[in-house]
Amino acid sequence: MRQRSLRSNGADVRIWEQGEGEPLVFLAGFGGLPKWIPFLDRLAESRRVIVPSLPGFPGAEGHDRLDDLSDWTAATLDILEGATDAPFGLIASSVSAPLALEAAAMQRQRIAKLVLIGPFGVHDERPRAIDLWAQRPGPKSYPPLLCARPERYAALWEKPDDVDEIEWQVMEIRAREAAARYLWPLNDTGILKRAYRITQPMLLLRGTEDRLVPRTSLEKLNTAVAGEALIQEVAEAGHLVELDQPKALAGLVNQFI
Amino acid sequence: MKNLWFHLMPYKELPDNFRDQHKSVWVDIDPGLLDPSRAHVMYNEFMDELEYAAEVGFDGICCNEHHANGYGLMPSPNLIAATLARRTEDAALCVMGNSLALYNPPIRVAEEFAMLDCISGGRLIAGFPVGSPMDTAYAYGQNPSKLRERYYEAHDLIMKAWTAEETFAFNGRFNQQRYVNVWPRPVQKPHPPVWIPGGGSIETWRWCAELDYVYCYLSYFGYKLGLRTMRGFWEEMDQLGKDRNPYRAGFLQFVGVAETHEEALRLYKEPAEYFYGRCLHVSPAYVQPPGYTTEATIRAQVQSQVAAAAMKGRSKKTKRGGFSGGATTWEEILEAGYVIVGTPDEVAERLREVCTTLNVGNLMLLLQFGNMSHELAKYNTQLYAEQVLPQISGLFSEWENRWWPEPMAGADRRSPRQVAA
Repeated sequence: MRQRSLRSNGADVRIWEQGEGEPLVFLAGFGGLPKWIPFLDRLAESRRVIVPSLPGFPGAEGHDRLDDLSDWTAATLDILEGATDAPFGLIASSVSAPLALEAAAMQRQRIAKLVLIGPFGVHDERPRAIDLWAQRPGPKSYPPLLCARPERYAALWEKPDDVDEIEWQVMEIRAREAAARYLWPLNDTGILKRAYRITQPMLLLRGTEDRLVPRTSLEKLNTAVAGEALIQEVAEAGHLVELDQPKALAGLVNQFI
Repeated sequence: MKNLWFHLMPYKELPDNFRDQHKSVWVDIDPGLLDPSRAHVMYNEFMDELEYAAEVGFDGICCNEHHANGYGLMPSPNLIAATLARRTEDAALCVMGNSLALYNPPIRVAEEFAMLDCISGGRLIAGFPVGSPMDTAYAYGQNPSKLRERYYEAHDLIMKAWTAEETFAFNGRFNQQRYVNVWPRPVQKPHPPVWIPGGGSIETWRWCAELDYVYCYLSYFGYKLGLRTMRGFWEEMDQLGKDRNPYRAGFLQFVGVAETHEEALRLYKEPAEYFYGRCLHVSPAYVQPPGYTTEATIRAQVQSQVAAAAMKGRSKKTKRGGFSGGATTWEEILEAGYVIVGTPDEVAERLREVCTTLNVGNLMLLLQFGNMSHELAKYNTQLYAEQVLPQISGLFSEWENRWWPEPMAGADRRSPRQVAA
C-alpha cells in the first residue's frame, strides 16, 4: 500500500493507494479508516484503488471549517480531484455516500459509475431506524450497531501498540463529529431534489442486517435518480458491509464496475 | 452574599414506576404522562412560590430553560419572568437563561431580555447558557458540532444589538441580518449583568474572565462534587490575574430546613428521592452527541480516564456514561451532599462553610425540588428567609459586587394597578 498526502483547503489529506489499472476511489463509512482493510485488498487485485480521507476522518483535518453541505461538497470534489485525474468509479459507504451523491450530481463526466453501501442521506420514517446519533457513550455501543460481526469493527479500532491512547480515542470521536457536522439530525440531505442530475449507472447495496439504513431509503433514491440503478442486498452483513463481507462485496463491485 | 431562589418547575406526578418503565425523563418522555389540567395547578403554584420568595426577602428569583423535560416545565423562561416582572418589586430577575443558539435570529433574546429589563425597571440578570445536549441537540435538533460556534456568534450579535448607537448590518458565519435595531433597549447600561452557567470547561472559565461575566456552576450534585470544579475555576482566575471576588461565581444547592433535624430528614426525603430517582432518569444515549464537547475537553477527559484506569489497573474499563450522579436513596443523597438539610442553624452553618470553601457569592437555592408540595415549599422558603438568610447574608461584605442589577430609582418605577378580587 502506498501513501501520499495532498493539501485541500489548507488541511492535509491522507491518500492510500494499492494496485494498478483503472482508478477506483473508495470513500470510507462511519468512523473512517484508521487502518487498511481486507476489502480494499480484494478490489486492488484488478484495479488501482485510491482511498482518500474526508475532513475530520482518520488521516485528514479541517472538518471544523466546513459548515453546510455546500462546504462539504466542495471539499469532497477538491479531494477527489487531487486523488486522480482520470474518470473513475466511486464507491462510498455509509456516511460518505451523501457526499458521493452530491459530487456525482456536480461532476457527471469524471465520476463514471457509483456504488453506494448502506447510504445515508435519504431519511425514511416508515421502518423506524435506530438513531445513529443517540447512542450510549463508550466503546461497546458501536460495534454491534455497525456490523453483523461486531468483532470486525472492534478490531478495526483496536489501538496499535505504538500509538498514543488519548490521540487514538480522540481520532475516533472526531470522526463521528465530522459526519454529524453534515448529517445531523436526520441524515436527510435533500439529495432527492437534486437527484435528477445523477445520470451515472449506480449500484445500491445494503447488508440484510443493517439496522441504520432501511431498504426503503434505497428505493426512494432509486426512484429519484435519472440514471439506471440497481438495488442488491448482501446476506449476513450489517451496516458496514465492507467489514462484514469483504469478499462478497468485492465480487459485486467488480461485476458492476 | 446574595441568596437567589431557583425554580426548575418539575412535573410532580411522574409515576412510581417511572424509572423502571420509562426510557428517559428528557427528550422522548411519554407525553401521555402529563395532564395539562394538573400542569395548570403546578404552574400557578410554582409562580406563587417564586413571588413568595421575592416577598420574604430573597435577593433574586431564578428561572431557566428546558425542553421536552419532565423536571423542567419551562420551555420559555421569558414567559415566566414576564409575569414575575409585574408581580414582584425589588428582587433581581435571574433568567438562567436563554440558550442562545436555539434562537433564530438570536436578536430575539436581545429583544425579550430588553423587554424584561424595561418592564421590571432594570432588575434583569441575563443568563446565557450554551444549553444541555438534551435540550439543544435532541429536543431542538441543533447540530451539536456547531452549537458553540453559533453560541459565541449569537452572543456577539446580542451584545452589539444592545449597545450599538445606530442600526447596523450583521454578516456572521451563521447569522446574516441587513438591519439590526433592537427596540426597546435594556434599562441597565451598557447592558444587564451577564451570568454564564457552565459545566466546568476551562474555555468557559476563560471566556467569563475575559468578558467579566459571572460563572455559575449549576450542578445537581452538591457541594462535595462542586468543590473540584470551583477550585479549578479559582485557580484559573489566579492564572489570568483576576481577583478572587466571590461575586464572580454562582453555585446551585438543594436545601431543606425544618424546626428540628429529625423533622427535616422526614420532610425532605420523598421530594429528594423523587428528584434523584425519577427526574434525573435520563437515557445515556442523549448525553454525548458528537461534537457537543470540545476536543480539548475530550482530550482532558480521556486523559483523566486513562490515568484513573492505570491507577486501578483496569485499562479496558471506562466509567458508566449517563446523567445521574448515582445516588438515588435518601441516605446516599445525604452522604453525597446533594441536599443539605437540618435546622436553620445547622443549614446556615453548612452553607457558610460551603460558600466560604467554594468562594461563591451567589448562592442559588433549590428550596422546591422533586414532588415537594406547595405548602412544604413555602414553609422551607419562609424558614430559610427568616432564620438562615440573616445568618449568612453578611458574608463577603468586604467585596464589591459589580455583577448585580442596578434598577431604576423607586420613585421612577411603576407598579401594576391593583386588580379587584
